[in-house]
Amino acid sequence: MKTRIALVLSMLCSTSLAADDVDFGRDIRPLLAEKCFQCHGLDAEQRETDLRLDTREGLFAELDAGGVAVVAGKMDESLIYKRLVTDDEDMRMPPADSKQMTAEEIELIGRWIKSGAQWEQHWSLVKPERPAVPKVANSNWPRTDIDRFILARLNREGLKPSPEADKLTLLRRVTFDLTGLPPTLKEAKDFLADESDQAFEHVVDRLQKSPNYGEHKGRYWLDAARYGDTHGLHLDNFRQIWPYRDWVIESLNANKRFDQFTIEQLAGDLLPSPTLDQRVATGFNRCNVTTSEGGIIDEEYYVHYTNDRVATMATVWMGVSLGCSTCHDHKFDPFPMKDYYQLFAFFNSLDGPVKDGNRRDTAPVVKVPSAEQTKRLANLDGQIAQLSKVMGDPADDVDQAQRQWETRLLAADSSKASWVVLHGKDTTSKGGAILTRLEDDSILVSGKNAAKDVYEVIIENAPESISAIRLEGLIHESLTNGGAGRSVNSNVVLTEFEVESAPVGDPEKWTPVKWARAWADHSQQNGDFKISNAIDGKPATGWATQGYDKVEDRTAIFVPAAPFGHKGGTRLKIRLKHESVYAQHQFGRFRLSATSAENLPQFDKGAASAEIKNLVQIKAEKRNAGQEQKIRDHYRQNVTTVESIVKARTDLAAAKKARTDLDKSLPTTLIWKEMAKPKPAFILTRGAYDKKGEPVTRNTPAALPPLPPMAEGEVPTRLHLAKWLVSPEHPLTARVTVNRIWQQYFGVGIVKTAEDFGSQGTPPSHPQLLDWLAVDFREGGWDLKRMHKMIVMSATYRQSSRVTPEMLKSDGDNRLYARGPRFRADAEVIRDTALFVSGLLVRDIGGPSVKPYQPAGIWHAVGYTDSDTANFKRDNGKALYRRSMYTFWKRTAPPPTMATLDAPSRENCTVRRSRTNTPLAALALMNDEQFVEASRALAERAMREGGQGDEARATHAFRLVLTRPPNDAEMAVLMENYRAQLGKFKSDKDAATKLVNVGESKPDAKLDPSELAAWTMIGNLILNLDESMTKE
Amino acid sequence: MDPRTETLLQMTRRQLLNRGLNAGGAAALAGLLGKDALAAGPDQPKRSGGLPDLPHHAPTAKRFIYLFMSGGPAQMDLYDYKPEVDKLFNKDLPDSVRQGQRFTTMTSGQKRFPLAPSMFKFAQHGKCGRWVSELLPETAKIVDELAFMYSVNTNAINHDPAITFIQTGRELPGWPSLGSWLAYGLGSETENLPNYVVMTPTWSGRQSAQALYNRLWGTGFLPSRLQGVALRAQGDPVLFLSNPSGVDSKTRSKMLDGLAKLNAIQFERAGDPEIQSRTSQYEMAFRMQTSVPELTDFSDEPQYVLDAYGPDVTKPGTFAASCLLARRMAERGVQCIQLFHRGWDQHGSLPRDIRNQCRDIDQPSRALVEDLKKRGMLDETLLAWGGEFGRTVYCQGKLTRDNYGRDHHPRCFTMWMAGGGIQGGRSMGVTDDFSYNIVEDPVKISDINNTILHCLGIDNQRLSVKFQGLDARVTGIEDCRVLNEFLA
Repeated sequence: MKTRIALVLSMLCSTSLAADDVDFGRDIRPLLAEKCFQCHGLDAEQRETDLRLDTREGLFAELDAGGVAVVAGKMDESLIYKRLVTDDEDMRMPPADSKQMTAEEIELIGRWIKSGAQWEQHWSLVKPERPAVPKVANSNWPRTDIDRFILARLNREGLKPSPEADKLTLLRRVTFDLTGLPPTLKEAKDFLADESDQAFEHVVDRLQKSPNYGEHKGRYWLDAARYGDTHGLHLDNFRQIWPYRDWVIESLNANKRFDQFTIEQLAGDLLPSPTLDQRVATGFNRCNVTTSEGGIIDEEYYVHYTNDRVATMATVWMGVSLGCSTCHDHKFDPFPMKDYYQLFAFFNSLDGPVKDGNRRDTAPVVKVPSAEQTKRLANLDGQIAQLSKVMGDPADDVDQAQRQWETRLLAADSSKASWVVLHGKDTTSKGGAILTRLEDDSILVSGKNAAKDVYEVIIENAPESISAIRLEGLIHESLTNGGAGRSVNSNVVLTEFEVESAPVGDPEKWTPVKWARAWADHSQQNGDFKISNAIDGKPATGWATQGYDKVEDRTAIFVPAAPFGHKGGTRLKIRLKHESVYAQHQFGRFRLSATSAENLPQFDKGAASAEIKNLVQIKAEKRNAGQEQKIRDHYRQNVTTVESIVKARTDLAAAKKARTDLDKSLPTTLIWKEMAKPKPAFILTRGAYDKKGEPVTRNTPAALPPLPPMAEGEVPTRLHLAKWLVSPEHPLTARVTVNRIWQQYFGVGIVKTAEDFGSQGTPPSHPQLLDWLAVDFREGGWDLKRMHKMIVMSATYRQSSRVTPEMLKSDGDNRLYARGPRFRADAEVIRDTALFVSGLLVRDIGGPSVKPYQPAGIWHAVGYTDSDTANFKRDNGKALYRRSMYTFWKRTAPPPTMATLDAPSRENCTVRRSRTNTPLAALALMNDEQFVEASRALAERAMREGGQGDEARATHAFRLVLTRPPNDAEMAVLMENYRAQLGKFKSDKDAATKLVNVGESKPDAKLDPSELAAWTMIGNLILNLDESMTKE
Repeated sequence: MDPRTETLLQMTRRQLLNRGLNAGGAAALAGLLGKDALAAGPDQPKRSGGLPDLPHHAPTAKRFIYLFMSGGPAQMDLYDYKPEVDKLFNKDLPDSVRQGQRFTTMTSGQKRFPLAPSMFKFAQHGKCGRWVSELLPETAKIVDELAFMYSVNTNAINHDPAITFIQTGRELPGWPSLGSWLAYGLGSETENLPNYVVMTPTWSGRQSAQALYNRLWGTGFLPSRLQGVALRAQGDPVLFLSNPSGVDSKTRSKMLDGLAKLNAIQFERAGDPEIQSRTSQYEMAFRMQTSVPELTDFSDEPQYVLDAYGPDVTKPGTFAASCLLARRMAERGVQCIQLFHRGWDQHGSLPRDIRNQCRDIDQPSRALVEDLKKRGMLDETLLAWGGEFGRTVYCQGKLTRDNYGRDHHPRCFTMWMAGGGIQGGRSMGVTDDFSYNIVEDPVKISDINNTILHCLGIDNQRLSVKFQGLDARVTGIEDCRVLNEFLA
């Protein structure tokens, strides 16, 4: 707060003030807001009298108690002034227990009244108009209109711009700023060689075309979008939403217009026939933290989530903080509670659960195939279509076979499938049970009841051709519960049903029968007990009858691949194996039959249903196309043995399975889906989820331009809201956006409080420039790359950042831009730079998050023990060297080095990072395995590429990191340091070997470990220089 | 002093020699204190980096140690003695007591809510006659030093929001923690150690435990340099403290020597005071490489001190070791020290687990208080003990005389404070016969946090930062008071 007032004062002091220089918006409103609005502002509950100082009406209206707060030109008649200066302590404002006004501030108010008490709306709520570009004397310096605004102000302050930075500094600065990486030596060489006037512009154009541009710019956006890889609350489990991150990168690289970028994220789902990408974009509104903690009240968290979405939207697009309006009317800005809940109503209708279920894919989600997966899907779809066509198209040979089958079917059907009961001659039980043949040729089991048993039955005289064997499990009063089984609950598990056949004439020449399929009239449902388990050759699986609650006869039919049997009679050996883990689950009574029939009426697959049989009854020429198709489908799916169809059938099944498997493996991402009917919204008294007040409808705040008129009965949606944000009338969106862009380049925005353009934020340092940029951005088609380019092309940006003690005194924070920007790079840029200059960086763009080096135990120390992110498992190989924006972000324990260097936890929307400088950061950059390994890799490059001689090598390492070569003094330090380190590592080879083996990648075996270790320490030294981590 | 002038001055006086001459941090510390003594006069330890108008009033404590029991200890098994419940074993919780209070989903499905009397014996202790259960025989011996609050209450019924609320004044992420507020307001007394240190000791109850979150010692919208530093039991106590394998202190020193020289050359070119500041942070990092191992090395502790903390004290990462570390940090000027002991979320098998948990904390807690007292530090060190909520008097799951579980209970629970400015032996608040509702003097979390600020010389109303259009404070948005009844 002090700073803000100091700033106001310095503004006042720096321009020799005449009375008419007082500016209401700049000088008076902030003062009133700070000292008076608390009790005389919008919040009706807090207002103790009817006096309001936050509106024009309030300031100039006759009060109930008589008098007027402000009478233009007349300090003595203005109550506000009288109350400020009165000696009567009871009367004096602000009250003793509130923030007091200084004498200067009171005087300022006096001057304002005296000079006519001009009033205007808070600056940021007035639509920006394009201001005239100032005319400036030094017309050689400006390169762009930006510079004219800057120079005009510098002139006013009696300051001069700095000369342009040297080429290498400039190249490094702009490469950092546009891609988050330093330039290569080749890029530096090319730039130095290009002496044309457009040399710098060529660089800018090249950098903006680099895919690294979208990564770097996207990273800022992901802070604002509060992107993270975990849910953020309680278990803090993995959440899969990285496709949204990819969307951001791709959109920025494609230079998607900012209005479209806005609309797709806030309301992509509501666009007419939204594309997959547009739906992925709506992940923006799913990035908020969520919980699944048992016992939460859904309604309470639904309100929390919605609040977060509103707050994020308000911060990112409007630069206003609405947090306080959740509980009461905003004290300082014109946002009453009602307006807040009208915005709330736009975001409260997500069609998904409140509890995230600790799932990675909390609904609503969408599958997002990669390009390669999309290709494979299309491929499979093509195969499936083609094979389906084969299966459906006429084919003479197949159709002919089908006619014959139809004929047989008709014949067979008239005679019915006849089952011949098989008389068992020899029956044996492996478990020692007694098998007795009953009158109906069934076999009853009694006597010893082993845990497992195999019955074997020899049949002497079975039919010559057998197309199926039938097994009947029959109930009997002697068995458990009067059922068909011998177990305690009468259930049966048949693990295998085996048959061998032999000619009667050669009775011991057994051939095993190969089953094609099996059918049962019932199988136990709760588990894997299907009938095919009895013919799969696996003793561990079996068919169960569910005999414990089905006391009835059971039938199973076993069909061979081809009919079998022997001329002159067939001998059969049939085995019923009961070898499951379920004790005594064997049949207590059973009967065996065989049939020669071609059609098996009871058999579901391959057997013609009544419908098919009826269709076949219709003469071919009388069938319609649908009927014909049905018969053909049945025949080809189940009956035919024509090879082309059998193959197509098999291939089709395989293709369908492959497609299902691929589909299941596709990554998902969280998206927005609107409820069919919007959830009603209410003003929540003091923000409490369970204190619903007046119902509200969706609308935008009254202090801002209205939504366009809706059609009769039309309800405003997020799409209307998004379009409203990027409408030409909106006073905030363009300003807030260009301010954040400016902040990327200069470290501080034109409005320092990038998140707050309200009366409590800092006023803009260059209000006209801000408006000019905002209008230019909007009228220039919301063209982001154009805006970024305009800023970096400016003379203001290109100045040298060298600072003198005089400059520190006149403008320590560089808010006037008499020099270029100089500040520490963000965490990600520092790490990416180390990987880049050492040659370790893996340049792949996009994809799932990765887990690079992290000291053991960081997740475990805090993680919920059952969380799927309680135990950190480091990735290997390429994943260790990806750009930092792909590092897995566990929100309750973010990557430690990133957090130490001020990266936010991503639990909330962040549009402005702090930049701190701590010993912990120094420790991380010196000792983190990632950075030590990078130091070594940098050292290897120096040794391999730097040529012969220590100086050449040192120069190479230095230039790789800092682009410029070292000067003599620097070289002297490097050499002295290198020699000392080399001496040390020569005498301690063991230490050298240890150092060069830090990290997963292996050191170049051709290099001497002592030398490499010494160079590693030089690499470590260079990477830790202030200049290395600073954009200068 | 203008920070830039300060930097310039510091630069001219910068004592690289401290590093070169001395592997020990003590001399470095002396060097620093020497520098600071010039500015601050002989008697006052100089704080750096705080707000100019703090402290608002004379503090009664210089530092704060918070023994936090994560998961929510059962107050009626430890301190809040309820003999009446004994007679009502397995009877239903009367509706008149429950008053429609919400349950968590963990017990809301239960058909009945049978009363589970504590199976542990209580006795009165100390001059104040405080009731303490047999689970805490050692703590029972220092009750005259402790001030008890039986009527602490909170809104949240779930861990995450409840613990976040205690630490930041809000149930949702995004707000600064108590320790970072203290650092923001008061600055730092030590430059060789982090100002705000968090420890997450091991625990002996069930190993499936509730999570902690970095935000509990995070800075929210305050500068991230103010965040708590998690002192680790595994690996380096402070992250990345150790030089890489093969690099010894001499090698590191040489590298830093080059760093300082090259940064100085760069400063000549660029003129940015931030460059000096960075160099001095590297110097401080180097000093920490000595001062932290010194801190964690107990070899200079006499045996009787180690014995006082109990046998676990030699096992790194235990609550006992953490308590001794806390005392050592207190001696070295660390301002806020917080132990998060997990494992108190006892929904079932409470008697077994709580015994183990109490064994972890009982002797070390007593030792810490007595150790501070012996060294004359108790009256300048504020301590607090407690969890994020209490537990229910009714049973969760199966109830027997000697086995039961308890669900979350935010309506009343017990905490204690001691030391710097707190009058031991006092108590506040009374709960009903079921330890279910408060009958007298409710104490809010914000009252406790406000009292902590007060003892450290901070007027809560005057320590605020504008955020989201609000005057953000660690005590959140509700009205709160200082617990004057406890002040010595």
